[in-house]
Amino acid sequence: MHVLSFGRRIFLTVNYTVLVLLACSCLLPFINVLATSLSSSPAVNAGEVSLWPVDFSLASYRYIVSNPAFVGSFGITLERVALGTAVNMLLTIMLAYPLSKDNRSFRLRTVYVWVFVFTILFHGGLIPWYMTIKMTHLLDTIWALILPGAVPVFNVILLLNFFRSLPKELEESSFIDGAGHWTTMWKIYVPISMPAIATILLFTMVGHWNSWFDGLILMNSPKHYPLSSYLQTVIIQMDYSQLKQEDIDLLAVISNRTTKAAQIIVGALPILIVYPFLQRYFVKGIVLGSVKE
Amino acid sequence: MISFKWRRELPLHAMILPGLVLVLIFSYMPMFGIVIAFQKFTPFHGWFGSPWVGLKYFEEMFNRPDTMQVVWNTIYIATMKIAAGFIVPILVALLLNEVNRAWIKRGIQTFIYLPHFMSWVILGGVLVDILSPSEGIVNALLKAAGLKPIFFLGNLDWFPRVLVISDVWKEFGFNTIVYLAAIAGINPTLYEAAIMDGANRWKQTLHVTLPGMLPIMVLMATLSLGNVLNAGFEQVLVLYSPSVYQTGDILDTMIYRMGLQSFQYSLATAIGLFKSVVSFILISVSYWLAYRFANYRIF
Repeated sequence: MHVLSFGRRIFLTVNYTVLVLLACSCLLPFINVLATSLSSSPAVNAGEVSLWPVDFSLASYRYIVSNPAFVGSFGITLERVALGTAVNMLLTIMLAYPLSKDNRSFRLRTVYVWVFVFTILFHGGLIPWYMTIKMTHLLDTIWALILPGAVPVFNVILLLNFFRSLPKELEESSFIDGAGHWTTMWKIYVPISMPAIATILLFTMVGHWNSWFDGLILMNSPKHYPLSSYLQTVIIQMDYSQLKQEDIDLLAVISNRTTKAAQIIVGALPILIVYPFLQRYFVKGIVLGSVKE
Repeated sequence: MISFKWRRELPLHAMILPGLVLVLIFSYMPMFGIVIAFQKFTPFHGWFGSPWVGLKYFEEMFNRPDTMQVVWNTIYIATMKIAAGFIVPILVALLLNEVNRAWIKRGIQTFIYLPHFMSWVILGGVLVDILSPSEGIVNALLKAAGLKPIFFLGNLDWFPRVLVISDVWKEFGFNTIVYLAAIAGINPTLYEAAIMDGANRWKQTLHVTLPGMLPIMVLMATLSLGNVLNAGFEQVLVLYSPSVYQTGDILDTMIYRMGLQSFQYSLATAIGLFKSVVSFILISVSYWLAYRFANYRIF
């Protein structure tokens, strides 16, 4: 073992300190909110809570799970994540496979690719987009949250590049064995691309869980809001018009701040649960799009 | 022979069809809907029945006193985010590279990637709570240090800074991934040669690591050019309030309020079109530059 120089040791100390501080800055705000959500409201209002719950209490959680608006929006989000992810993944695979072919075996490929890529480069803008969805009569239905974003072009490009990096012999041998394009896609390409597909799947689920703006403008009635949109109205907008008198009385007891904190935690929890799986894949996922011939 | 080729390709067309239809409806129809900007549009009369008014709403847009302020806010906030969001991940990747205990490195990475996966609703809730002037933990710390509390989200000077800092905070960790991948790809013999030539760690960083990261740095810088008009719609919408419109209102939030809250559809579409066209040019130029100088292709 070689001896570190004095300068090197100072550098390493400073380096570890900086990095640990950065890591704390990413973690402590969440701990603070978690501690707030688990504390009693007098303790929170007195400013006694920092990183550990004071006067431990689950009252806020009990309140939010008994709140029909919260529970309802939770259900809608589950539906959205399941349905939306399924539609996204199906379309991603079904587009990436044909677009990964070369121009000789699929002559219109370049035209199709440009039709899809152009949608990343240019947008009609918020108002025409909203009017389009209004005209399709999807407003206020779950499909308004799924169909407008059903084709995730970036993910298609990611998977397309992954498919292209696979050896061409796979496809050829599959054709010789008598399989068509559909069989080759489902039985050969999809199974061996599982790492890439799993990455995209996790990102897609997180995306659906997190998105809130579309719910906010495409759902006319707040009872159709997915969880994130509902959270936006209660945490950020502080819209009390939806509350009933008994709720307001209860709020006096459990405090607005602890309830908000509890809802933030519940909104973030599923992300924290899938996070370890995500982390296993996403580094690979980021690099995977860059493999090109 | 031709018919055989078509038949062979038929399943490929069939696979594309559903996605194509959805994109035509939800991406290309809105592009057609840009006609709203040139009409006195009402939803009742629709895209085909509303009267045409030419460039009236574009004139109105440029004559509004607040338009220039909002454009400036957008460019200012976005540019600050691009600059800080470019430098910080590079520095952190270099620092992480000096950590030689794998588990510490992994642990730090786990924490700094986390905010990237949270939505702005969650992060906004956290920020509003910790930055609150009366009860937030940040101001409690300031007070403990003998400083005056700051109303971060209600102060015209502080609001844009909070936007930039919180955006960098959310994304810096995740953005280190590409740089760490670039560092991992550097040929180890280069370091051996540098050590033979008597280079210390600092010289190695300067002459081996940084040049090794340069291509990806150029690429990231170029691609960020397309974001000059994207100052972070969801973030601003979650954090701002009327008291900070003067420095915090951006094009996207202005379009949203105008179009979907005060129902000035045509004016909002005109402003949106202005933004879309400028962004289109910027993105196209940035992809072209990335292709030209970093040999980058998206597909």
